Amino acid sequence: MRRRGWPWLQDRPLILEAAYSLTRRLLVWASPLLLKVGVPRLNSVFIPLEDVTKKPVFGCRMCGQCILHSTGMTCPMTCPKELRNGPCGGVRQDGHCEVIPSMPCVWVKAWERSSLMGAMGTEIRLVQPPVNRSLHGTSAWLNVLTGEDQLAPPAWQITPNP
Amino acid sequence: MDSSAPLRADSRLERVLRAGLFAVTAELNPPDSADPQAVYDNALVLAEVADGINATDASGANCHMSSLGVCALLLRAGYEPIMQMGCRDRNRIAQQGDLLGAAALGVRNVLCLTGDDVTAGDQPEAKRVFDLDSIQLLMTARTLRDRGMFLSGRKLTVPPRLFLGAAENPFAPPIHRRAERLAKKIEAGADFIQTQYIFDVAIFRDFMARVVNLGLAERVFILAGVGPLRSPRTAEFMRTKVPGVYIPDSVVERLKKTPKERWAEEGMQICVEIIAQVRQIPGVAGVHVMAYRQEEMVAEIIHRAKLLPRMKRK
Repeated sequence: MRRRGWPWLQDRPLILEAAYSLTRRLLVWASPLLLKVGVPRLNSVFIPLEDVTKKPVFGCRMCGQCILHSTGMTCPMTCPKELRNGPCGGVRQDGHCEVIPSMPCVWVKAWERSSLMGAMGTEIRLVQPPVNRSLHGTSAWLNVLTGEDQLAPPAWQITPNP
Repeated sequence: MDSSAPLRADSRLERVLRAGLFAVTAELNPPDSADPQAVYDNALVLAEVADGINATDASGANCHMSSLGVCALLLRAGYEPIMQMGCRDRNRIAQQGDLLGAAALGVRNVLCLTGDDVTAGDQPEAKRVFDLDSIQLLMTARTLRDRGMFLSGRKLTVPPRLFLGAAENPFAPPIHRRAERLAKKIEAGADFIQTQYIFDVAIFRDFMARVVNLGLAERVFILAGVGPLRSPRTAEFMRTKVPGVYIPDSVVERLKKTPKERWAEEGMQICVEIIAQVRQIPGVAGVHVMAYRQEEMVAEIIHRAKLLPRMKRK
């Protein structure tokens, strides 16, 4: 079975939220320089870097569009159904996964942890757009810089549903 | 829901709900057959007692006649289908195409689901798709309907008219956050909700209290899911093998104490009692009756629950 992260740290989402905010700020701060170097060249640095950080901590699947801060710092791609707006209705009474009975449901954890977070804790209530499958295997951090991780399908528009 | 708002699809189900009548929907189990007669036979029983008939989409990840195929047959016979569409077997391209095709055939109600995992069925080696999740599927259907576009932005000549539904399971953890997740479904486009089987009314009542507190009951029609248990063994099977079904010990015990020849009768009685209880809960707009391959029982339950006669078909 693939790694599903480091629960000790994941159960302290405040630390992770701070780390996320810091990383994001650093990236944005360095973005003029980074963009000058160019995304293709940076990919060779960033992808291995994300590999050795996000994989052990979150069980990252390199979807290329990280929404950890909106999902209780729990990677939604580790859900066997890869739900971005979970949990599904199949969660077992003990809070474990329908598909892998030995594993706690990723989304039960996500909702629990989101309530332990700071400012970003309420983002779990946002409707998340479909995954852009073409970003799989690319660097989510670079996609933050280029804004590509924010691109929903063109007609995707959340409007109030009366 | 605001009764003066324009109709989404003008389906019979929508009209019943908007009129403030207590709605009844029932689940039809698609046959393992290429013969339409099995669908007609089962539908004949349900059509007299329900405002809409759900056509399941390979539920439990077991292959049967497709939901779209069943819906086409139901329409041919003059019945009102509710097409269930899951995310397990098709990607967004197939789903959008099926929504248009269904609407062109005359389908006006669609229930958007995540779907049971492939491992629940008899072909667990199949590839699971889950390109979209249920909430994204709702939003996609709404984009087709309200914006007249595919997700890509490409325009439709004529958009589909759809009354959009979603499921919710008030009994699956995290039960205290389920109402908030329901809010996401409404935001994404759910017009009606059909819940998982209710066997524990107290938990459902708590869930509904949260739903009402969040102001969601005015924005969506909630149909409470119910169904009979045929025997203690069925109950045991359902609560251990069917994903997401919660049956408290007290219900199983009650069946076990019943003599064998009265199991089916007692199972129906429990169901009728649950319907009577959920009808009293604020925010409940109807019931959704499910019974695996026991369509006659569904009719009997709806009769005993005094939910007849239903509104005449258009």
